[in-house]
Amino acid sequence: MLEIKNIETFYGQSQVLFGIDLKIKQGEFVTLIGRNGMGKTTTINSIMGLVKIKSGKIIFSGNQVQNWPSYKIARKGIGLVPEGRQIFPNLSVYENLEATSSNRHRNNNPWTLKKVLKLFPRLKVRLKNMGNQLSGGEQQMLAIGRALMTNPLLLVLDEATEGLAPLIKNEIWDCLNDLKSSGQSILVVDKNIKALTELADRHYIMEKGRIEWFGDSSAFNSDKEILHRYLGI
Amino acid sequence: MLGLAAVPLIADVIDEPFYTVMFSRMLILSIGAISLNLILGFGGMVSFGHAVYMGIGSYVVGIGTFHAIEDGISWMGNGLIHLTIAVVFSALTALFIGSISLRTRGVYFIMITLAFAQMFYFIAVGNDNYGGDDGLSLYTRSKFYNILDLSNDNSLYYLNFTLLIVFLYFSHRLINSRFGILIRGAKSNEKRMENIGFPVYRYRLVAFVIAGVICGIAGVLSANQTDFVSPAVMHWTRSGDLIIMVVLGGMGTLFGPVIGAVAFLFLEEFLSGITEFWQIIFGPMLVLIAIFGNGGIDGILVRLDKWWQIKK
Repeated sequence: MLEIKNIETFYGQSQVLFGIDLKIKQGEFVTLIGRNGMGKTTTINSIMGLVKIKSGKIIFSGNQVQNWPSYKIARKGIGLVPEGRQIFPNLSVYENLEATSSNRHRNNNPWTLKKVLKLFPRLKVRLKNMGNQLSGGEQQMLAIGRALMTNPLLLVLDEATEGLAPLIKNEIWDCLNDLKSSGQSILVVDKNIKALTELADRHYIMEKGRIEWFGDSSAFNSDKEILHRYLGI
Repeated sequence: MLGLAAVPLIADVIDEPFYTVMFSRMLILSIGAISLNLILGFGGMVSFGHAVYMGIGSYVVGIGTFHAIEDGISWMGNGLIHLTIAVVFSALTALFIGSISLRTRGVYFIMITLAFAQMFYFIAVGNDNYGGDDGLSLYTRSKFYNILDLSNDNSLYYLNFTLLIVFLYFSHRLINSRFGILIRGAKSNEKRMENIGFPVYRYRLVAFVIAGVICGIAGVLSANQTDFVSPAVMHWTRSGDLIIMVVLGGMGTLFGPVIGAVAFLFLEEFLSGITEFWQIIFGPMLVLIAIFGNGGIDGILVRLDKWWQIKK
């Protein structure tokens, strides 16, 4: 579904990504983990066309999408839940969800307002509230719901639970678990290792702009050295 | 609105036709302000050259009626032809200006729209065939076959009034449509709207053209109302007046531009009766509204209403 081959990204003169390789298959739940400042968000931004890559390839659904405008990449079927949520504060919850709804890939059982509200019942009572009147957890739910309304082939979540209360975090993880069960392909950037190892199929660990390790959850859990060396756990 | 509908009747009864003319001007500028509000208030596009479309609409009538009388080309005095040509020219001009200016942001966008407007202004100044800097007096007003003759001030007033209602309703439908929601969303976070899958530039360009067309129609009405066309109608100060009307009334609200246009002209009329230098009083009033009147007059009215509801 998504294949990243040897991408290199720069901010001005300084190189941030050094030959990143990453692969996500249909229906897989993959994580990208690492400490702060290791290049996780830059990798996501490179995939989404928010920063230009200098070399390498990004292949999504058979198309080389590297350096496409971000709206074209989104239209190909990548739904991003960005770091910091970035919901539209001047639109109501209903408008945030309904305005962005689309089913460009002819999903037989598309995400609709009704389905999203079933997934996040908290949003149902907040439909008329403006985006800036929501709590952090509700904003995160709205951000995920908004991405789902575009019926993405791949859902990308950047720091999905950052700054949320433990109970809300659990709600988000439960939701991602449901999405995984429904066959949704997911790429998550987060620091909550415990929850991620229970949910994800495979993991990529980033260190100083490089993928230093990748493997499945059982290999990840069994190697305490990896957790200590790269994640400081 | 009912009060506005009754203005010509009341003016006739008290034998003060001046009020019909004054309110007619308010309605026309309200339409102009509504069009600017679509891009400025809802879309966050601060166009400092919006009066150019009013100028285009005005010159279509001026040039049309000039040839209708001078050369006896009767169809050039037809109001429907004026409206059609004004719509086409305003749309093409907005498409041209928008396609370049919307590639920029912030102060650069303001400067480019201003530069284009001044370019059109100087084209009009240099066009001696149609009065140049002195402008062009209308020999006759637009006629819509035998159905409607705008030579009658009351007929013009009710056309203005009807079009104001039409554009208010259109504005309401547009901003609550999916298109309008996307324009409003892009105002708060353009990049985010892009990476959800919506090409913001194209959406904004469409909004820019719609706003230009509506303002062009206001220009057609304006020329008929003043019986005169001159480059001054598209001078940057006129664009500034439109911005003031929108900000004064309440940006991004449905009725704000109408309230702003009415308040602006009332204050202009009232303050100029006190002193020739009425802007000296008007300026500080604007500053106060900008600082304390969050949401303009519309915002103040909403807050007063809330306060009143709580008090009750």
